[in-house]
Parts: sequence; C-alpha cells; structure tokens
Amino acid sequence: MNTIRQFLRRPEAASVISLVGIIAFYVIFGGVELGTLFGAASWVNFAANLGIVAVPVGILMIGGYIDISIGAMIPAGSMTIAILSGYYGLPIWVGILGTLALGAVVGLVNGILTTRTTVPSLIITLATLVVMQGIVLSGAKLLTGAASVSLTSPEWAKAMFGSLIGSSHQVVILWWLVLTAIFAFVIHKTRYGNWVYAMGGDIVSARNAGVPTAKLTIALFMLSAMSAAFVGMCGAIQFNSAQVSGGMGYIFNTIVSIVVGGVLLTGGFGSVVGIFFGTLTFAVVSQGIYFTDIDRNWSSLIIGVMLLVAVAMNESFRKLALRAGPKRKRQAT
Amino acid sequence: MSDKTPIIELRKVDKSFGPIDVLHEISLKVHEGEVLCLLGDNGAGKSTLIKTLAGVHAPTRGEILMDGNPVSFARPKDAQEAGIATVHQFGGTFPLMSIGRSFFAGVEPTKGFGPFRVYDRKKANEIAVKAVQDFGITRIDDGDRLVGGLSGGERQSLAIARAVHFGARVLILDEPTAALGVKQAAHVLRIVNEAKRRGLAVIFITHQVMHAMAVGDHFAVLIRGAIAADFRKGEKSREEIADLMAGGESMADLEANIEGYMETHEGHPPAPAR
Repeated sequence: MNTIRQFLRRPEAASVISLVGIIAFYVIFGGVELGTLFGAASWVNFAANLGIVAVPVGILMIGGYIDISIGAMIPAGSMTIAILSGYYGLPIWVGILGTLALGAVVGLVNGILTTRTTVPSLIITLATLVVMQGIVLSGAKLLTGAASVSLTSPEWAKAMFGSLIGSSHQVVILWWLVLTAIFAFVIHKTRYGNWVYAMGGDIVSARNAGVPTAKLTIALFMLSAMSAAFVGMCGAIQFNSAQVSGGMGYIFNTIVSIVVGGVLLTGGFGSVVGIFFGTLTFAVVSQGIYFTDIDRNWSSLIIGVMLLVAVAMNESFRKLALRAGPKRKRQAT
Repeated sequence: MSDKTPIIELRKVDKSFGPIDVLHEISLKVHEGEVLCLLGDNGAGKSTLIKTLAGVHAPTRGEILMDGNPVSFARPKDAQEAGIATVHQFGGTFPLMSIGRSFFAGVEPTKGFGPFRVYDRKKANEIAVKAVQDFGITRIDDGDRLVGGLSGGERQSLAIARAVHFGARVLILDEPTAALGVKQAAHVLRIVNEAKRRGLAVIFITHQVMHAMAVGDHFAVLIRGAIAADFRKGEKSREEIADLMAGGESMADLEANIEGYMETHEGHPPAPAR
C-alpha cells in the first residue's frame, strides 16, 4: 500500500498508468495481440525519433521554458548534412559536425534572446521556427536549386546513425535509450538537475541562491536544438535524402508526450522517466492503432482524451505529493 | 552598547532613480543580537532600502559599513557573500522541490568524483532537517517532503534556517508575517528571537506594529523615504508608533481613531485635517 502511495507521488506515475491503460484498451477493444504489438518496430522507431527530441525539450520545460523551433530544426538538420555531404560531397563527419553546429547556434540564439529579454520563450522560438523554415527553404533553393537533396553515406555513418537492427528497428532506438539514460542521470542525480528544478520553480530565488540561470538556460536551449538537428540528421542518413518540409508534427507530439509524462507546463516539476513513458504512450496510441480493429482515424481522438485524462491524473498526483511525506505519522483527528 | 561596532551601519544613504529621490539621508545601525524593526506604510521606501542593503541597488550618496569598514555591492551576490541574506514574504523557496533539494539549491552537496559526482540526497536531507529543527520547528522531520506541503510559517522558518546555515550575519526579513495567520506569525516571531539569540543582526520589515513590538529592540519609522523616528524599545507606545507610521506626528486627538480607520480602509491613513 505504501509503495503504491509513494509511486503515485512521483511525476511519472500518470504516464505509466496511461501506457498500461492504452495497451489494455487496445487489447480489449481493438483485439490486439500483445506479442504482435511488442514485436512491431513501427511504434518503437516512432518513439525513438520523438523521444530524442522530447527529453531535452521536456527538461527545458522543467526549467520553465519551451522550445517549438525544434519543428524547423529537424528538417534543418537533415538538409544541412545532405547539402554539405551530399550536394557538395564533403566528408560525412563535416556534415555531422555542421549539423550539430547549426543546432548549437540556433539554440544559442534562442537562449540568449530568452535570457536577455522578457519575451516569453514560446514567442521567441516561434520566431526562430519561422525564420529557420525560411532559411532552410530559401537556402536549399539557392544552393542546390531543389527542395530535396540526396545523400550517400559511408558504411560507418550508416551503421551508427541510419541502419536497421534486425531488418526493422532503427538504430536511433539505441541513441534514444542511451541519451535518455544520460539525461536521467544528469537531471536526477547531479547538482545540475537540481538547478533546472530550482530555475523552473522560481527563477529569481534560484538566481539569488547562486544558480547560474542564464548559462543554464542557454545550455538547455542548445541541447534541445541540437537534439532536433540530430534526429533530422539520422533521418537523412537513414533514408539517403532530405526534404525541406516536415518536422512540424513534432512540435505538438513532443508537447503531448512531455505533458502526459508529468512535466508541469509552467516548470519546476517532472522527470525524465516520465517523459520517456509519455513518449512511449504517445507512440503506442498513434502507431499501435494500426494493429487494432479500430479505424485509425480515431487515433487523434484517443490522443486528445488520453492527454486530458493524463493531465487530470498529474494534477491529483501532484496534490498528493504536496501533502505530508511518507514518513510522517499523522494521527486522525 | 555604543562602544561596540555595529555589524551593519548606513550613513546618510540617499537613493534616487533619475529625478525621483526615494531615500533621504538614511542612517541606521544594527548590532549583533539586535532586531531593528523598520516600520512604514506602503510606498514609504522600505523595499528600496532593503534592495539597497541587499546589493540590488547601489546608494546614490552615503555609505554602507560592515563591522566599521565601508562596503559596496555591485550585485546581490556580493551582499550575500558579505553575509547579508534577504528572506522574502513567501520564503523564496521552491514549492515543488523537496526540503533537502531546495535548502541546498545552488550549493548542493555531492559525493563521488569526476563525471559521476552525484547529488548527496541523504546528506542534504539530514543537514536541512537538522538546521530547521535547531530553530525549534520539530514538525519538519523528513527532507523528502515537498516545500509546497509546508505551512507558510514553516516555509519562512526554512528560508531563515537556510540563510543562517549558509553564514548570514545580517538577516533582512521582508514582511515575513504579512501573509500569515496569527499562529503562523507567532511561529516566525519565535524564529526571529532565535536568530537574535544566535547573535545575528536582524532587520525586520513590517507594517504590523504588534509584530514589531514583540521582537524589536530598536525601531525606525520610515515616511516618504526619510527616517521620521528612531527610538529604542519601550520609548514609545503602540499607539504612538502606529500614529507615526500613519504620518500624523502631533495629531494627538486622532490617535485613537487612526488604527480603526486604517483597518477599515485597507491601511490608508486618514486625510490630513484642514
């Protein structure tokens, strides 16, 4: 009983319950066989690509900010490597470094603008989202004359970023798991994680307590833009080509995953494990529906309902967490 | 008393923002183990004075001395390093963080080495709980509890205990009792007395005369950015202080009415008699 209570106080509780609930729903009402679902690659691939972006964006949200420019950074990442290493034929590592550098620069701009002004990060990253879309589109037209560029990668790059494991699972799944583990360690076990929570809770108090909030904010924005560029880059290596469009769906998908994962939209609360489960839940809902007898057009409805249910659960679990801790003996009065 | 050097002293401090003079020739002294109550109505310049002490603003003229030596703070951090800690009305703590984590925010204890330096949760919780309990708040016994689950008084106490733990010598309490009920306020006043007993210099900002009288050794009333009265404990009655705060120095006949008027008019003093 006590273990259940302690579990419910954790930020990731609702996302775990949502995941179990969705799978149960598909099994009962959709006639899904669990073996088929767990053996399938489609939703895991989907979750991995989404998750690599969702974790750093979610951490940024714990820190009190949001980054929607990731929607443009994904095609920007794939176009950068395709133009550098595909169109101009530079070595692939130049393309990889160039892609990550572009992510770092855009993140730096987002971070500096957010820390130097009082404009909400939603508006700043909305602006950089549109700006980057323009740059990618006109840059691609200007440099290559096309909106789609092909890319041939050497073996080792293909193996690292764009191959299939067992003929169906993308190698980015491994990147997702490793990056999630690293982020979870940093956020929950080191002092830097504590700084993120403090900043998201109350930035003025955090600054007064000695947290370098400006540097931390810029670093978090750089991480999220670089992760988005990385996902775009892996896609280009995987599919041997890059397009200027796409990526916009990621904006809402990451936000849904993060919020289902128990992160408070206003910052200061959440967990990496929660974001991980939130992403899994989102992937199972949107991709798992193909394994059910349910018409796939219903998937958006299910996602919407699930979001509301998860948020409601998060609210009540957070209230539970705010009440007295587990060790405190409370006499009934 | 007068032969000791005060921990903090202000000498004729002026503060102007452009053409607007907010503080006029403020001179104050606070010795160790002493509580200075800074009284004043809203808009009297209390916040500006605190911010000047805490290093947010630099004084336009005049000087600040600590232990008799002139100091100047470019940033709030400089003031903190010199031992001046400010605790704000709502405690300045993080509601959704655990007691241990928020206590050590920015200065987390770690264990291990290299890239595996991890936050030492057990140590942080132990120290935080002990620091708060030493201040007499025995109800806090689990460092994993979230700060938001504490009462307003407990949060204030936590913030004060935190400041003292990190070496504060001058404690500026910005209306710590304003948002609290009677019982919770009593709680905070006890903590103030404990801080005083430990030899801290406390600057207690309030507009509640009762709370000031309960802990203060020394009182200064601020009106329109100037010190209108400076007196020691027992030199003035409660009514006289309230009257001073309201700005009616010699309106003896209004003395009895003022408090009643202010209570029913959201703290505004009556209009001056014609």
